[in-house]
Amino acid sequence: MAGSHSHKQDEDLKITPPLWLLAELTYKCPLQCPYCSNPVDMAKYSNELSTEDWLRVLREARELGATQLGLSGGEPLTRPDLDIIIKEARDLGFYTNLITSGVGMDEEKIKSFKEAGLDHIQVSFQASSEELNNFIAGTDAFQHKLEMAKLVKKYGYPMVLCFVLHRHNEDQVAEILDLAIALEADYVELATTQYYGWAMHNKEQLLPTREQIERAEKIAHEYQEKMKGKMRIFYVVPDYFEDRPKPCMNGWGNIFLTIAPDGTALPCHSARQLPGMEFPNVRDYSIEHIWYGSSDFNKFRGYGWMKEPCRSCDEKEKDFGGCRCQAYMLTGDPANTDPVCSKSPNHQALLDDVARIESDFLNHVEQKPLVFRNMRKSKELVND
Amino acid sequence: MNTELNNEAVPSISQQFRFQWEEVQKGYVILYPEGMVKLSGSAGEILRRVDGKTSIGSIINDLEQQFDGVDLKDDVYKFFEVAMENGWITLT
Repeated sequence: MAGSHSHKQDEDLKITPPLWLLAELTYKCPLQCPYCSNPVDMAKYSNELSTEDWLRVLREARELGATQLGLSGGEPLTRPDLDIIIKEARDLGFYTNLITSGVGMDEEKIKSFKEAGLDHIQVSFQASSEELNNFIAGTDAFQHKLEMAKLVKKYGYPMVLCFVLHRHNEDQVAEILDLAIALEADYVELATTQYYGWAMHNKEQLLPTREQIERAEKIAHEYQEKMKGKMRIFYVVPDYFEDRPKPCMNGWGNIFLTIAPDGTALPCHSARQLPGMEFPNVRDYSIEHIWYGSSDFNKFRGYGWMKEPCRSCDEKEKDFGGCRCQAYMLTGDPANTDPVCSKSPNHQALLDDVARIESDFLNHVEQKPLVFRNMRKSKELVND
Repeated sequence: MNTELNNEAVPSISQQFRFQWEEVQKGYVILYPEGMVKLSGSAGEILRRVDGKTSIGSIINDLEQQFDGVDLKDDVYKFFEVAMENGWITLT
């Protein structure tokens, strides 16, 4: 059982500062992307932190050494106090990243955020074509996003464009990158869908085929070569198709601290689903206590909690055994090896599952419709 | 417009990057969208002299004075090459 591990083996465990603070300001969002990483039961956590709470969180995290700040959500633009939060963050010395869909943005906001000290804006797109973009987003946002991307550049921000890839747009990678070039993006993230939250719920309808992935990777590499020195392109193979796990969050409680909209502090944005955890809330505890003193943040730090095959693996310092949430979702125990690893006894079951989903798709087995992310649906799923 | 590394060139930190001291890390860092590079002590000493007004020659002189006349020319040029490659600085 996960709870029976002690930290005695980790007496020399050194806790490093939380360099990255992800402030999920809200779960509200005008978009309904079916791969959203927010929790499916997000409707339960609608009690958002106040402006004062957030300003205190920023001050305390900065004091501990946090340098990068992600302002995310949901859609952070739905918070009317966003400019106050940006200004405080900049005054404290954070590098401040706004991670937005662009919906709810206008020129006035882009300009006033710049004056408040915002460093960077990441705009997400759902696809390179208007029709697919608007279908996935569940709203007519494409033209507005194009306009916003142009304004982000006009006001001198470095711009990251983020495209989440899945079965329905994986074959558009060339068109996506052409669009990014036309919009003069500085960075493009071809962000493969990770199967957490709503994406996990829609896994059967989102998982691309192996052939799609190989094609997309080849095209991404061609563009990386072609755009060298002009635009940086990040493409990561979906981990379900790998045989070694990702070093998730660079290790549990190592550099990443997420604060959810209701103030719950998490080592990653999907950790709330793990069983037997009672993550601390910033309404009750200081960031210092949460980071250094809370049992849940210490739970998977270091290597003492590991089971075999991780415990004796010579790659454990490289990948930390992968992702705790994925281990839990796919094996029922978050202390197990992430089944993405070919050394995991559960790896074959994952391969079989991926093969079955691919075969169902290629053989046109009738698919359930995509479940779009919204509060109404979340309430339904909570009550199920 | 001077785009070659030489003693007369004047470097500035690129608009796309931020350079600052981090007290907790006890060092200078370069910040950019969702990323950070922690600089070595000597890299920090060089970059903190980059202000868009001081030439590379003056930066070298200043560093050599501070570090007891040791010849630092090659090290400084080597660092500026890396900084150019990464887009951290632009030259005028």
